[in-house]
Amino acid sequence: MAQSEQEILEGLAEIVNEETGLDTDQVELDKSFTDDLDIDSLSMMTIVVNAEEKFGVKIPDDEVKNLKTVRDAVSFISNGLG
Amino acid sequence: MPSTHDRRVVVTGLGATTPVGGTTPETWDAILAGRSGARTMEFDWVAKYELPVHFAATIHTPPSEVLKKVETRRLDPSSQYALIAAREAWQDAGAPEIDPERLGTAIGSGIGGVWTLLDQWDVLREKGPRRVYPLAVPMLMPNGPAAAVSLELHARAGSHTAVSACSSGAESMGLGIEMIRSGRAEVVVAGGTEAAVHPMPIAGFAAMQALSTRNDAPEQASRPYDVDRDGFVLGEGAAVIVLESEEHAKARGARIYAELASVGMSADAHHITAPEPEGSGAARAMTFAVENAGASLGDVVHINAHATSTPVGDVAEYNAIRRAFGDLTDDIAITATKSMTGHLLGAAGSLEAVLTILSLYHRVIPATINLEHQDPEIVLDVVTENRKLPDGDLLALNNSFGFGGHNVALAIRTY
Repeated sequence: MAQSEQEILEGLAEIVNEETGLDTDQVELDKSFTDDLDIDSLSMMTIVVNAEEKFGVKIPDDEVKNLKTVRDAVSFISNGLG
Repeated sequence: MPSTHDRRVVVTGLGATTPVGGTTPETWDAILAGRSGARTMEFDWVAKYELPVHFAATIHTPPSEVLKKVETRRLDPSSQYALIAAREAWQDAGAPEIDPERLGTAIGSGIGGVWTLLDQWDVLREKGPRRVYPLAVPMLMPNGPAAAVSLELHARAGSHTAVSACSSGAESMGLGIEMIRSGRAEVVVAGGTEAAVHPMPIAGFAAMQALSTRNDAPEQASRPYDVDRDGFVLGEGAAVIVLESEEHAKARGARIYAELASVGMSADAHHITAPEPEGSGAARAMTFAVENAGASLGDVVHINAHATSTPVGDVAEYNAIRRAFGDLTDDIAITATKSMTGHLLGAAGSLEAVLTILSLYHRVIPATINLEHQDPEIVLDVVTENRKLPDGDLLALNNSFGFGGHNVALAIRTY
């Protein structure tokens, strides 16, 4: 079943919250993972792996560096879901 | 720079999360009331793995009730306990203002992050390497708790971890004294932590027949010095103190609980687990601690003993005390608080140091529970009803011994 970008954003925000303790409403599309949300590379890997499991997509390791903003991640997951 | 070697080191903050209380005051009240923290384990793995021991002295207040969710996720339970105890100790000390480069940490652990290690091994086998948590290694390393406390307090004078099995907590406090005496630090947050109530260590300790199997009466299972003792009761938790140079503590008007006067350490080099039966190594640790405190053997009025409730260990410690103190032994009031807390392994020495500090501060020695028929081989004045201590300057010892032949004695003085 296709998920809307809004649903992906909400799911991603829950993952970020669980790993970092950030409030889900801070996880907005234009936020940078590193600069705005202060998420380090270790946490980012956990978020990616958990997102793969949650959304049933594959996010290759060399793609992770391109996911600079929350919007990048949502788009990637959305495209992956076709 | 003038020598700091003779500086007095004092205790200004206490923190503990234990099987009998979530804080130091709760723990102390439970100890004075003679309450046991041993209870039947309600974990499905007890039956699943057919463990021969069905009880342990599990933590009184789960960290999830105290810490943020993200902290419980990113820290092994051993680090969680240490952080809880360190925060309490730091607040209790009045959160002293200190240059971070003059503040150190020393938090020991006997086993380290065994939950993380084995959970992540399961993840690897069941789900593959990509699912292994990226923080697995820093969570399982035995210095993880010291690092977590160092990060929390921005302590930059050095962060250390003594790993000496069941003397890790006491040895870390000894490191704290030495950090201050060497001039490297002014304040040190020191203690021990352990979170090993896990089926694998339980199976291991049971396999070596070290654990009590009194499954029908957990609260009576830890019975140091009793003729019917049959092994120790595994406990978990952490205890941490704030150590400070006397000048620093006085300059800021801190409440001083006691002086951590010295540490004595030695090694048995006898057997990997069995204590040297004559107790010569343990005796040397005790006499060194007393002499290094500038005291004489006759000054010691109280010993909080290691006394784990194993048939062999309690006798070996008795022999060591008798060897060190001779006839003076009969004038020393002994207590074994593991009768209530169980054996917290790498946190045991630090918890018992906290209890010894409080015994001197409040001038009362808590009773040893479950002592019904004292072993005739152990001729000690064991306190079985809370006993008042007299006024005046008093010296007490806290003994800790670890697998590997480690002997640590802390000398603590009223202030």
